[in-house]
Amino acid sequence: MRDSRATRLLFKVGAILFALIVTTGVLFLAKAQPFAAYKYITLGALGSWDVVTNVFVSWVPLLLATSGLLVTFTVGLWNIGIEGQITLGAIFTTWAMRLLEHSGWNPTLILMLAVLAGMLGGALWAMLAGALKTFGGVNEIFGGLGLNFVATALNIWLIFGPWKRPGVASMSGTIPFDRSLWMPIAQGSSRLTPATLVMAIVGILVVYAMIEGTYFGLRLKAVGKNARSAHILGIPTWQYMMSSFAVCGIFAGVAGAVQVTAVYHRLIPSISSGYGYLGLMVAMLVGYRASLAAPVALFFAALNVGSIQLPIVLKLDSSLAGVLQGTLVLFVVLGQGVRSRILKKTKVKS
Amino acid sequence: MNNSALFVSLGGVLASAAPVLFAVIGETISERAGVLNLSMNGMILLSAMGSFAVALSTGSVVLGFLAGALIGALVSLVVVFASLTLLQSQVAVGFVLALLCRDLSYFLGSPIMGQVGPRISQLPIPGLEQIPVLGTILFRQDMMTYLSFILVILAWFFIFKTRPGLTLRGIGERPAAAFVRGANVNRLRYLYAVLGGAIAGLAGPIYSLSVKAGWKGTISGLDGIGWIVLSITIFGGWKPFRAAFGAYLFAFLQWLGLVLQPSLPSVPSQVLQVAPFPLMILTLLFVNIGNAEWVERSLARLPENVRRDIAKVLRAMNATPPAALGVPFEKE
Amino acid sequence: MHIELRGITKCFGALRANDNISFAVPPSSIHGILGENGAGKSTLMKILSGFYSPDSGDILLDGKKVRIASPADAIRHGIGMLHQDPLDFPPLKVIDDFILGSKGNLIPNHKSATREFRELAARFGFSIDPESYVDTLTVGERQQLEILRLLWLGARALILDEPTTGISLPQKEKLFATLKKLASEGMTILFVSHKLEDVEALCNKVSVLRQGKLVGSVDPPFATGALVEMMFGKEIALEPKAQLRFGSNVLHIKHVDLEGIRIQIKGLDLQVRAGEVIGLAGMEGSGQTLFLGACAGLAQPVGGSFCLDEDEKDMTGRTYHEFRKHGVAYLPAARLEQALVPGLTLTEHFILSEGMKGLFIDRKKAEALAKSRIQVFNIKGRPDSTVESLSGGNQQRALLALMRDPLKLILVEHPTRGLDIESTIYIWNKLKERCARGTSIIFISADLDEILKYSDRVLVFFAGRVSPPLEASTLSVERLGRLIGGKDWETLETEAAHA
Repeated sequence: MRDSRATRLLFKVGAILFALIVTTGVLFLAKAQPFAAYKYITLGALGSWDVVTNVFVSWVPLLLATSGLLVTFTVGLWNIGIEGQITLGAIFTTWAMRLLEHSGWNPTLILMLAVLAGMLGGALWAMLAGALKTFGGVNEIFGGLGLNFVATALNIWLIFGPWKRPGVASMSGTIPFDRSLWMPIAQGSSRLTPATLVMAIVGILVVYAMIEGTYFGLRLKAVGKNARSAHILGIPTWQYMMSSFAVCGIFAGVAGAVQVTAVYHRLIPSISSGYGYLGLMVAMLVGYRASLAAPVALFFAALNVGSIQLPIVLKLDSSLAGVLQGTLVLFVVLGQGVRSRILKKTKVKS
Repeated sequence: MNNSALFVSLGGVLASAAPVLFAVIGETISERAGVLNLSMNGMILLSAMGSFAVALSTGSVVLGFLAGALIGALVSLVVVFASLTLLQSQVAVGFVLALLCRDLSYFLGSPIMGQVGPRISQLPIPGLEQIPVLGTILFRQDMMTYLSFILVILAWFFIFKTRPGLTLRGIGERPAAAFVRGANVNRLRYLYAVLGGAIAGLAGPIYSLSVKAGWKGTISGLDGIGWIVLSITIFGGWKPFRAAFGAYLFAFLQWLGLVLQPSLPSVPSQVLQVAPFPLMILTLLFVNIGNAEWVERSLARLPENVRRDIAKVLRAMNATPPAALGVPFEKE
Repeated sequence: MHIELRGITKCFGALRANDNISFAVPPSSIHGILGENGAGKSTLMKILSGFYSPDSGDILLDGKKVRIASPADAIRHGIGMLHQDPLDFPPLKVIDDFILGSKGNLIPNHKSATREFRELAARFGFSIDPESYVDTLTVGERQQLEILRLLWLGARALILDEPTTGISLPQKEKLFATLKKLASEGMTILFVSHKLEDVEALCNKVSVLRQGKLVGSVDPPFATGALVEMMFGKEIALEPKAQLRFGSNVLHIKHVDLEGIRIQIKGLDLQVRAGEVIGLAGMEGSGQTLFLGACAGLAQPVGGSFCLDEDEKDMTGRTYHEFRKHGVAYLPAARLEQALVPGLTLTEHFILSEGMKGLFIDRKKAEALAKSRIQVFNIKGRPDSTVESLSGGNQQRALLALMRDPLKLILVEHPTRGLDIESTIYIWNKLKERCARGTSIIFISADLDEILKYSDRVLVFFAGRVSPPLEASTLSVERLGRLIGGKDWETLETEAAHA
């Protein structure tokens, strides 16, 4: 077998088929009708204009997280701490909103400042993980995991403590902001906010251009592919690692800001909604390349939104989306392994 | 709170640490062999759900526990197959499985959510339970809590006192040297990763058939335990007793959080429960800082005697992971 | 044990690492295997110790044909191998390391193992505490531990691969005494080395390998000259070198102390003049790589100072990137591991090394730069070729093409290792062009001809000792070979004292 575009595509298609087979098996195990489930997921994601807009609402933070992660993956880092970075972005955004909500300033200005604050929060939290890695030798995976827990704790403390609702604190989060301070919603839609869509699209374009077209991106790639050689070629490797953490943190912070200003309009305990971890999966699935991130993230968002209805219509849990996403990524990774094994064998023989 | 209630609560701390202990010991064995099993979080959820489902439908807790171990073993098998046979990143595969198994457990578990099923009962040890204080804390537990005590000792004994345990340490530290001495490195890695997975898999049924009996889906409070387990494994320095200390410290701090709750109304329980984490990050920092390049660079210019002393202190703090953790072994 | 090899051949791709090698080693003898790096010594020993199986040929132990399937199988046959870097477990206790790999009960009997360890150690006068940790031992002690362990497992033949690298003189004497004692008790010993001195002091017979072939076997008394000639081939007459005028001093190395993992260099002094080429000779691991790295700021000296230029700018303790900014280039030997980034194209490498400024990559400019460099340096590749797709010679040309201009100092590890003659000549022409423009070069090479042909002065490294700079024009291949092998160092010192 030769290494070519065709064989690579073949393995991708094979992975999708395997993922569908396994998920169908899981559905049989749950005594559900697979085709009905797939049908309702499709309807749930595409059935009406309203659900389609919901897909885009979910796509925005997911794509933002994925975009950031592509930068850290480029430099060879597993930024698993992104969940905490989204959370800190949300916290900083809420903080800015609370400071400014009665200032009487222009709402657009307040929202812009709030998003900037979110960027700052995400970047600071990411650079903390980066500093632990570069100056303390703490593996970014475990440092990041620890910081995720700390971020969650901080978030809950704020919701139940200093920022609690008047009267009684509750898991439903802080008191919602005034309607005038919500991200403006598109006409004819209940939730779609054009401003955040622009942020996500600009974000992935920026990342794509950064990685493929800038000196910065090229140096990141060099560090990620071979840090020793990059050092010899004159690239200050640790600065580039720190910068990639900061960039990823900025994107995560925007995702957090979007969750606060456009989706929930308040701070809630699980504000990151798992978009950080899901973003890691999207990045893995697209082979850490920016070009396919947007459509794949859209597909994942569609699965998430499409499965929301499952408990009502089929009495199935909505986590089916996660099962399908997980098996898909798993089989793509396994497929890569099988492919390179076969390639190696044919190489040895010839 | 009077004293007897306190002792009962401390007994409860031991019981609630039992599943964490099983998982930490399982992961320790796997990592000792050089296999990082990052899937822990999803694996515990899946085995908790699966074992409860089996126990519910068969009415047998024993079968439930077996199912839990089997699920743990199978998930680990996927990790080792992908990493040792297909040479894919252990981190990537483990992470995907962590999420996949979690969603799988929520999906498949939704029909049995909230049902009342069998659970294991307290098994006070006659005679010993009468001992003042200790009897209440140690000997009015269920079977799995007793086993968790034994497991720690057993794991320590196996790793540090037996011949296969010595080889286990060898394949994680320097597989090339272990190979020269006759160890079939990859086969042993498969064996210990799957065995470690099976032991860790028992954490699930200990939750769903005892500590937090039943299956409550996303509100089970089990999501996150696996990540904690991975951290405690590092905290434990890959040594069973230090790991057990970490697990008990963690359970104790969580319990303390609940106890202190009424007196600190402004601090939510979730905050106190994560108190160990900043602590853990600090520990990791101390443990690793000697490896950082800038430390070495600044050390090089110090006078020789000072340099040697500082190097000694750094080395003493260092709890280095098995040198070949996550690195596949290929004999030339 | 009587070991006999018959027609052993082993190929790796096109390379014949061992080519029809036959010889026999009787019991109670120490047999030296001599040869330069890459001569095939290691491959042969790895075949004997079960790492590789030969493509053809037989191994006979005590007259019986055997197949050695794995290193563990080798020790079952009674063959123990002591690796250059002892294959032990640094984080374990000595006694645990000793036991690991032995057969026996589920729970090893520490008491009896400790007793046997102490008895064995006492027999050879080794003093290793069985309760200490392996990583606190010196390399020499770790070798002793390995020897004891192999004996305990019942080894009747020992293979030692470059055992005198990185151990102190007393430890070396101890090792030699041990080996002689073992041989007198009936042990068969194969001693692999490139150090003439060691081989001559120890062996009953020496076989010399060159380019995978057995050149011959020699009985004592050994004539050093003959051995050197067998190792390195015929002496080549050198063309007279054009006398260059050197400029002022570029690099001042003052009383530098260096500490590597296995090696220490003390009190090194050197002044490098502009336009001068300095060759670093010595067997691998003798300290020259450590020294070269220190000249680039990649390793930190623990004493002394490095200064650059006429004005003696103190660079001690500065980072590699600061050295680089001041016109020092470093070209490592492991091209794809340490110098080039696999997966990136030639154009991208030029962009990186030029340190081009701005936000967006100026593709046109970069491609034009790549094209012109590819042409000037005659690289067989396109601007969009990834570096790993180039041949070794073209990778080396790319490394030269990546160097900035002007430079004060170029540091090169093995500039022509593994290259064909055409590339070799080309690369040296390019380097010499730089010299003519006032750049100094310090290079490491294992090829004595290369050292003598291109250097103005030579530093010889031997186990961390460094010779004073020797004028290349007054050196012969034979003398250099002897110095590399650790001979004649006393005369060197007296010469230095007279000078």
